[in-house]
Amino acid sequence: MKTIDAFKLNEEELKQEIRNNQDIEVDNCLGQRYLGCALKEGNIKLVGTPGNGLAAYLDGASIYVKGNAQDAVADTMNGGLVAIEGNAGDALSYAMRGGKVYILGNAGYRAGVHMKAYKEKRSLLIIGGCTGSFLGEYLAGGTIIVLGLNCKPGMKLTGYFCANGMYAGKIYLRTDEKPVNLSDKLEFHKLDRDEKEEELRPLLEEYARIFHLNLEEILASDFSVIEADPQKSYKQIYAAV
Amino acid sequence: MKKEGEVRIPSGCAICGIFSRDGSPVNGGTIAKSIALMHNRSNGLGGGFAGYGIYPAYKDYYALHIFYDNLKAREETERFLDSHFDIINLSKIPTKQVESITDAPLIWRYFVSPLVHKIQDSQLEENEYTARCMIRINNSIDGAYVFSCGKNMGVFKAVGYPEDVAEFYRLEDYEGYAWTAHGRYPTNTPGWWGGAHPFALLDLSVVHNGEISSYDANRRAVEMYDYTCNLLTDTEVITYILDYLIRKEGLTLEESANVIAAPFWSTIAMKDQEEATRLAYLRKMYSSFLITGPFSILVGFTGGMMALNDRLKLRSLVVAEKGETTYFSSEEAAIRAIEPDLDRVWSPAGGKPVIVRLNKEAIV
Repeated sequence: MKTIDAFKLNEEELKQEIRNNQDIEVDNCLGQRYLGCALKEGNIKLVGTPGNGLAAYLDGASIYVKGNAQDAVADTMNGGLVAIEGNAGDALSYAMRGGKVYILGNAGYRAGVHMKAYKEKRSLLIIGGCTGSFLGEYLAGGTIIVLGLNCKPGMKLTGYFCANGMYAGKIYLRTDEKPVNLSDKLEFHKLDRDEKEEELRPLLEEYARIFHLNLEEILASDFSVIEADPQKSYKQIYAAV
Repeated sequence: MKKEGEVRIPSGCAICGIFSRDGSPVNGGTIAKSIALMHNRSNGLGGGFAGYGIYPAYKDYYALHIFYDNLKAREETERFLDSHFDIINLSKIPTKQVESITDAPLIWRYFVSPLVHKIQDSQLEENEYTARCMIRINNSIDGAYVFSCGKNMGVFKAVGYPEDVAEFYRLEDYEGYAWTAHGRYPTNTPGWWGGAHPFALLDLSVVHNGEISSYDANRRAVEMYDYTCNLLTDTEVITYILDYLIRKEGLTLEESANVIAAPFWSTIAMKDQEEATRLAYLRKMYSSFLITGPFSILVGFTGGMMALNDRLKLRSLVVAEKGETTYFSSEEAAIRAIEPDLDRVWSPAGGKPVIVRLNKEAIV
């Protein structure tokens, strides 16, 4: 694996190096935007604080960040893996279409807004800490999991307007507490043991392995799920009459 | 050339701030290094800084920073200043030739103290007297623009990238316990010196990233209280709203934040009764000062700093701490550019102010 120092390159050169090398470690990242955009293959390790728009349109490559990421990570990502050993900023995984995004720490506002799924494309976003408001707003498909690990006592996993306008997909929360002002068009229920084993365990296995977390401990907690209520479809609002 | 407000300006922008709670001096070059990292958030049409604690030798005098378009404006302004203030010291603000910064106006600095008999005649206290005099210069003397008028603080701004503006004003020659900075991205306007951030009145300064959709409602409201929006840009109105709420109405910073970034009624309804009553009171009492649209702002004032996002957090804002220093920025990388090893980094929630003040024992 090639190792390069981001300090020694300008933003364009850095992006070029990442594009030209399948396996690369970049040290001293500091605010450089759009790293790893639309990459189809390769393993990229970024150390430091990469800038906004990291892994936008990612299309198959794997990106591992040792540090915090900023805003708009994995915007419209299509495939591949992003793992961040730190926090992510606002607008994480906006309109993500496929692939996996794993955040060890917290996410900002508007995480997973309008994520999608289609046929074999199943977008998956897992957040280890807590999130800001508007988590999974307009969710159209795919899966979001919020674990609330290492959150201070009394801190909520989600902010205001969680899952507002959601009409497909699933949001799992490691709590039995319903998010505040959850829309009445959504269903909220606690997972039973079988649901946890069958639905959650397969989704969390890779996440736990990458960040060296104890999956059994995580799964021992209560989990709940938010889904669109099929009886209260938005069709009635939008359909021409 | 059309000035701001005659055209619409959707803006990008970058902001950052440093506050040393123990009062230890921070060089102006440090804040310049931080904002420079976010170069791509600006487009070279405005950059500026506010420093606090930078004029210890003149800390009891108002430090006026004034742009003049021509000599006539300067003469007229100096006549006005002479008849209203005791001028202790006056000079050009030292600048350095920077290739990218052109069309500089005349830039002067005055350390002044209001004439005692004038204050007595006016029956105003000295801050109000000084503020009114400055608003009068900006309103009535063509080609003169007071862009800074607080004690022991100063604003430095220009058309250019912030790092070039810092070089132009020789910011590394100043030291203060607090700094804010702004890089501007006005996309539909020429941008001009007066329209760069920070905007300041007395010691209160504001840098802002965002766009206020309630601007005109807010402008009409502050104009009811004798403020005039000369620049027709949204940030100016935030400065006047905060001056009104804090200095004239006596609201705390937290309360002012609850006014300008008031929670939704649905959010207020979820609070316990006492808090809901308090928030509803502020929202109803000062409804015209609710600021809608995306914003992140840094408010500097003597002895403290406040960071605030709009209630939906439509602009990014990161706060970090290292020892006795608090950092604020649109991007975490800009903080790590000057302090890689931070004790704590977090993103405040929308509408929740982060307020830092000098420690009691701090000497500045």
